[in-house]
Amino acid sequence: MSEHTCGCSKNPYLPEVATVLEVITESPTIKSFRVRFDNEEAWERFTYRPGQVGQLSVFGVGESTFVINTPPSCREYIQFSVMRAGEVTSAIHKLHPGDQVGVRAPLGNSFPCEQWKGKNIVFVGGGIGMAPIRTIMLHVMEHASDYGKLSLLYGAKSPEDMAYKADLPAWLESDVLHTTLTIDREAPNWPHRVGMIPTVLKELAPSPDNSIAVLCGPPIMIKFTLAAFRELGFKDENIVTTLERRMKCGIGICGRCNLGGKYVCLDGPVFTQAQLNELPPEM
Amino acid sequence: MSSLLFATPAELTAWLAGLASGQRVLVPCQEGPSVVYRPRTAEQLSAAGVNALLRRSTSSPKQAVLPQCETLVAFKSVKDEQDPSKVTTTVENPCKAEPTVLFGCRPCDARGFVVLDRPYLHGPFKDPYYGARREATTIVTQACPSVFATCFCHWVGSHPADGEGSDILFTAVEGGFVLDILTEKGKALVEGAAFADGSDKAEAVAAAHKATAEALAPAPNLSEAAAKIAARFTDTAFWTRETVKCLSCGACTYLCPTCQCFTITDEGSQLNGRRLRSWDSCMTPLFTLETSGHNPRPDKSQRMRNRVSHKFSFYPERYDGFFSCVGCGRCVISCPVSLDIRHMVTAAMEGMEGKKPAEAPAAPAEKTAETPKAPADAPAAPKTPAKSKSKKR
Ligand SMILES: Cc1cc2nc3c(=O)[nH]c(=O)nc-3n(C[C@H](O)[C@H](O)[C@H](O)COP(=O)(O)OP(=O)(O)OC[C@H]3O[C@@H](n4cnc5c(N)ncnc54)[C@H](O)[C@@H]3O)c2cc1C
Ligand code: SF4
Ligand code: SF4
Ligand code: FES
Repeated sequence: MSEHTCGCSKNPYLPEVATVLEVITESPTIKSFRVRFDNEEAWERFTYRPGQVGQLSVFGVGESTFVINTPPSCREYIQFSVMRAGEVTSAIHKLHPGDQVGVRAPLGNSFPCEQWKGKNIVFVGGGIGMAPIRTIMLHVMEHASDYGKLSLLYGAKSPEDMAYKADLPAWLESDVLHTTLTIDREAPNWPHRVGMIPTVLKELAPSPDNSIAVLCGPPIMIKFTLAAFRELGFKDENIVTTLERRMKCGIGICGRCNLGGKYVCLDGPVFTQAQLNELPPEM
Repeated sequence: MSSLLFATPAELTAWLAGLASGQRVLVPCQEGPSVVYRPRTAEQLSAAGVNALLRRSTSSPKQAVLPQCETLVAFKSVKDEQDPSKVTTTVENPCKAEPTVLFGCRPCDARGFVVLDRPYLHGPFKDPYYGARREATTIVTQACPSVFATCFCHWVGSHPADGEGSDILFTAVEGGFVLDILTEKGKALVEGAAFADGSDKAEAVAAAHKATAEALAPAPNLSEAAAKIAARFTDTAFWTRETVKCLSCGACTYLCPTCQCFTITDEGSQLNGRRLRSWDSCMTPLFTLETSGHNPRPDKSQRMRNRVSHKFSFYPERYDGFFSCVGCGRCVISCPVSLDIRHMVTAAMEGMEGKKPAEAPAAPAEKTAETPKAPADAPAAPKTPAKSKSKKR
């Protein structure tokens, strides 16, 4: 992080100034932003693990939390995919290439993908939940020989709500990934599946043997997809998900994002379902 | 380290006035119906009678180290003269700390800083603003001369003469004050002061401490509070019943010496603006409201459950069994509808299984009791919770 003078070694509140390199319109409500720190030295030093998040800010408007959805091997930029929701996300959507933003990253824990080596992985992403899945999936695909069979089930409301359209052909044709796309309701010229994620998942019926399930999406989708995975025989310690909680500091101090004694910003956002079972039921 | 000095009231105020020429001296000041910490000049301090500086404050002295509002980041942008659509943004760190003496804390207040230190300084990320002010602040605490009906420091591992978190602890005795110098910082503060040796007053100090401690009502045993309150989490009816009167005003959290929560907001514009930190309260519904409309704590009973659980269960779970409530009683005194955290804690524990088998059969639940009462099976003498430590630094 940037230089400062107070005598402490690091100021976690001070953002790196970064420049927007490219803006990709993913869907009517989602845009992806590729940014890079202005300070080259800070950029060279910057590393992160898949699943970690960042606080992206528009100066004068505020900060919001987004997952870094490029794999760590990408050294040109980091990408955030932002769904327009409230104040900060609306201001982010107005950004153009060349605009400056603030970035505090990396924050939070990451996917325990070292422990998944040799195992099959079923990725399930719903809506903007595809953002964290994208990072870990691309990372695992880069090291595909270390893992077993990889598969993706990605669902969105409609074809136009589906983000990462530029990536989809490669994912569909990949030798190391089996991709299934689904939308909620019939749409003209849609060659893929139609149906809710949990239903399609049960039809695909991935085997729980030596397998890890990674699922991210809105709470309601998580709820039913979790039930579907359990029905298929997946154990809770092999079901991995990310939590969302309103955040401010992102560093375990402001007290905002607690779930029981855990801070989602510090101890999460990645948890196994077995870990979540140990926490107070306050979702 | 520990050494005793003796000061007459006049010597004490003269010493404080002397300190005020080189640093910020914060003392409790009467303002209308409230006592609040304010910086005082050398003239004001030398004119003040010592009794005016010994009042217990209505709000906690937390703001000496964690101001209610402060700038975390200042930013500025300069337009490119050739291409005005391009700007160059710089961010600045306004972090600076004034040397400060915090005079007249009570032991519970001083321990409050130890509670805040854990998240602010001892986690994976350190808060440089808090850290710099903490470093620059010397805490001079008054051993309590008497107790209030709302005091319960002895429930949570402390006592009215606890030196934990203080640099100097002073005790009123016949004819003046005995200062116990507890740390190097404390030693530096009395350097050059014309105080007499106080070692011959050790007995009078011990007697004063004993008299105050004995005035406290017996404390319940909270050694299993964390597990029992965690077990109460899903008892929605209990939390609803306990919270019926709550107005969600947040007074309890704003006055608390250990409440750590804040929000971050921007002010100004990219060309010239600031990122601010302001105290926030978990008792308001907006605290956890997400943009989607989803709110994990929409009901005030869920927010109260979080506040009480944080103090007596979540925090101890995270930090070696220490409670984050220091028993100052401010939330009890200032709640407009007289809700009492002591009652909620003992009621939540009643009839609950702790981690170990309960020492004594639980008393029947006193469902509607509004006045706090130590449970019938409370030990006669104050018991220190297993994990609580009071160490001199
Ligand atoms: C770990 C994590 C990862 C996330 N990753 C993404 C992502 O990759 N893409 C994406 O589009 N969204 C993501 N979100 C959600 C995103 O942070 C919120 O949608 C966003 O903060 C809303 O901000 P706003 O200013 O537009 O809304 P407003 O309602 O105007 O903002 C209020 C403030 O509340 C906070 N806030 C409100 N809702 C949320 C929320 N759901 N989560 C966290 N903070 C919130 C923010 O600090 C925000 O500035 C993530 C959230 C978390 C916790
Ligand atoms: S919870 Fe109440 S009694 Fe405990 S430290 Fe805070 S204000 Fe004091
Ligand atoms: S001070 Fe009393 S009424 Fe106000 S939020 Fe706290 S408990 Fe509720
Ligand atoms: S966002 Fe501040 S504690 Fe998690």
